[in-house]
Amino acid sequence: MTIEETGPSPANTSSDLVLSVRDLRVWYGTERGAVRAVDGVSFDLRKGEILGLVGESGCGKSTLGRGLLGLLPTGAAIDGELSFLGEDLLAMPKKEMFAKRGVELGMIFQEPLTRLNPLMRISEHFSETLRQHEKGISKEEIERRSLEVLSVMGIPPTRFRSYPHEFSGGMRQRLMIALALVLRPAFVVADEPTTALDVLVEAQIIRILHDLRRDFETSLLLITHNLGIIAEACDRVAVMYAGEIVEIGDARDVFRDPQHPYTRELLRSTISLSTTGLNFIPGAPPDLVDPPPACRFHPRCPDAMNICATRHPVQRQMPSGSRAECWAADLRHGYADDLTDEDTRPLAREEISIADEA
Amino acid sequence: MPTKPEAPQTSPTSTDGLIDIEGLEVHFDLRGGTFKRLLGMDTGTVKAVDGVDISLRRGEVLGLVGESGSGKTTLGRAILGLVPSTKGSITYHEGRGRNGGDGVDRVVSELRGGDLRRLRTDLQMVFQDPHAALNPSMNIETAVGHPLKIHGIAKGAELKKLVAAALERVGLAPAEQFMSKFPPDLSGGQKQRAVIARAIILDPEVLVADEPVSMLDMSVRAKILQLMLDLKNDLGLTYVYITHDLASAKFFCDRVAIMYLGRIVEIGPTEEIFADPKHPYTKALLQAIPEPDPDKMVPRDLPRGEIPDAAQPPMGCSFHPRCPVAVAECGWETRDLRSLLEEHWLRQDPVVYEEEKELVGDLDVLDEPGKTVTLGKGQSSSRVKDLLDRIRAENADDPLWKGVESVEEAADGVRVTFHQGYDPLLRPSGGVEVACVLHPTAVTTEPSLPG
Repeated sequence: MTIEETGPSPANTSSDLVLSVRDLRVWYGTERGAVRAVDGVSFDLRKGEILGLVGESGCGKSTLGRGLLGLLPTGAAIDGELSFLGEDLLAMPKKEMFAKRGVELGMIFQEPLTRLNPLMRISEHFSETLRQHEKGISKEEIERRSLEVLSVMGIPPTRFRSYPHEFSGGMRQRLMIALALVLRPAFVVADEPTTALDVLVEAQIIRILHDLRRDFETSLLLITHNLGIIAEACDRVAVMYAGEIVEIGDARDVFRDPQHPYTRELLRSTISLSTTGLNFIPGAPPDLVDPPPACRFHPRCPDAMNICATRHPVQRQMPSGSRAECWAADLRHGYADDLTDEDTRPLAREEISIADEA
Repeated sequence: MPTKPEAPQTSPTSTDGLIDIEGLEVHFDLRGGTFKRLLGMDTGTVKAVDGVDISLRRGEVLGLVGESGSGKTTLGRAILGLVPSTKGSITYHEGRGRNGGDGVDRVVSELRGGDLRRLRTDLQMVFQDPHAALNPSMNIETAVGHPLKIHGIAKGAELKKLVAAALERVGLAPAEQFMSKFPPDLSGGQKQRAVIARAIILDPEVLVADEPVSMLDMSVRAKILQLMLDLKNDLGLTYVYITHDLASAKFFCDRVAIMYLGRIVEIGPTEEIFADPKHPYTKALLQAIPEPDPDKMVPRDLPRGEIPDAAQPPMGCSFHPRCPVAVAECGWETRDLRSLLEEHWLRQDPVVYEEEKELVGDLDVLDEPGKTVTLGKGQSSSRVKDLLDRIRAENADDPLWKGVESVEEAADGVRVTFHQGYDPLLRPSGGVEVACVLHPTAVTTEPSLPG
């Protein structure tokens, strides 16, 4: 296992940089106007690193994951900078991008049963995948490489010629991971890979994901709504709200001392074994056709000040180690000395009725 | 033949019991193929609920916790008569202590048709997926008021008034704003509130809530649980809370029943179960929850495998194939040997695997549940035995080997015989009841039953 440096300092580790995203935007065209699902997202991912992407449903985390792999539906537009091992993926012709997927870019989906062909044996799934990308590969080579990756996933060789329905849910998810990894891609997106699974099986899959970098040197973007899984499996975490990354940093730093009020409230509202009282975030995530001005979290934020409703905060390195975009955090750490008293006065708001909440 | 449990003991009926379930079994027949059905062959049954005794006390929150396939949802549905029980009884003590009277006993498992429908004015259900539980062609007023119409309780202005009251009761206020809306106009949490409003509009005594928050976002779950707690206090409800999420069960329930493959394996007060879990399954579940704390790591030695097929449950204790602390009496059998061999081959080179598989022979003989099996037919029995000895030496601590009585060379191969196991019943241990041979003390003298 490689030991990761804490704190994002992309400049001095550019040699093992796998993915570099700058100001990425993904908008969907709808009848009501553009849905800004991803709106100005920047982050780096290094070799063998696991970055957790967490947020409520509708915050754009799945769109971001698909956008990185060029898997957006028609009607979506993507802009910004997206560099993978030094290559600009957004400028790449569709055909080249197609050839890259599978070999260098992989994806693990949520529902394994819907992604496996029920009429094909597992061995056929593997030979199809390998043949698609490596023409003329021998039968023995296919079997050798498939069995190798299957054994890492804990699937015995006796099951190689079984059909998908003969496997349990957890085994199918292992098969999906094995299929995504058989070509040894440098970067994999896993979108809620354990949501459909039981607690014990989920723990097994988290272990496998955690060990991926050791076994395959793969960088992983793990998309989930479960903060527990992030704490368990990830090196770094990015918290997404309404299309933006509001806080990003080393998982330990973010969990121990969350800087953004949204991160803090999300952690507080999570029901865990140590929960003694119920907390929740008032209000609901905004409509991304017409998101609130300035800081998008200000209508729900318990720390909101006047400035939060008028000027968008900038992402800053916080003393705790993570990077966050929040005026209140800036003020707390003495970064925002140009703010007037009027700016820092608590924001006067109408009370959010329960009806708007749920 | 799986090992049979002892004769079920009848649990004493407590006076504050609102619903008493005794020896409940819900078995589903498998259809099988046309050929088998034509010949009238046995296609097997899925034992979704397999002998459950439980009493729901007035005013409590009883949690049914388990993985998918544990039978928790089927048990919850059986309480409402939504699935027919094949054996045992569910008795609802209507109105006992509610209006001062002793009330009437209604045996849910014997009710049919109109009688069963009338039961739903007292027992209601909150479903898991609010997106699926509301009819997309009914507006909220029609959907929430539908139970009143079905039971002929109210109509017209009166119905509208009751619907408005129920909506405001669950926080969908002002009600007028929501009544004309259709389900797609509401957020997930709002839909679940509407589903709860529909469930409480008939003023029921018991709500069976099947994973009411699992489809919702983290930030909304707490709100819905808070609403359910408020309703419980204000309306005097009793809850059956079905979930796979132990963290919310810990917070929400007064008593918890941990289910595994159609049985209750541990039941008791929530505090005791979480402070001192006794059944190895409960322990494993608690360890496996990913906590939002990077300093806590889920241990690596979690139970292997997954919940077994309920159509062919393991012999003895259902949990033994996955149990890290299993002993000789837990019911080891041929299928466990197959898992062990497969696990061994995971670590072998493909060439070695082919050789060894050749030696062991047809693995299908291990798929039939049994206490003895002969491996390596037509092979040199000494070589087969050597292989088994080698695998055993490789990981002698594997619980399976405790259950192996003998490995001997026979005329047609190597015969492996397993110890007689038995199926543990729920037994008191401390303040809880546990179905495990290790509790309250390790039992080795219990009469083993034919199986």
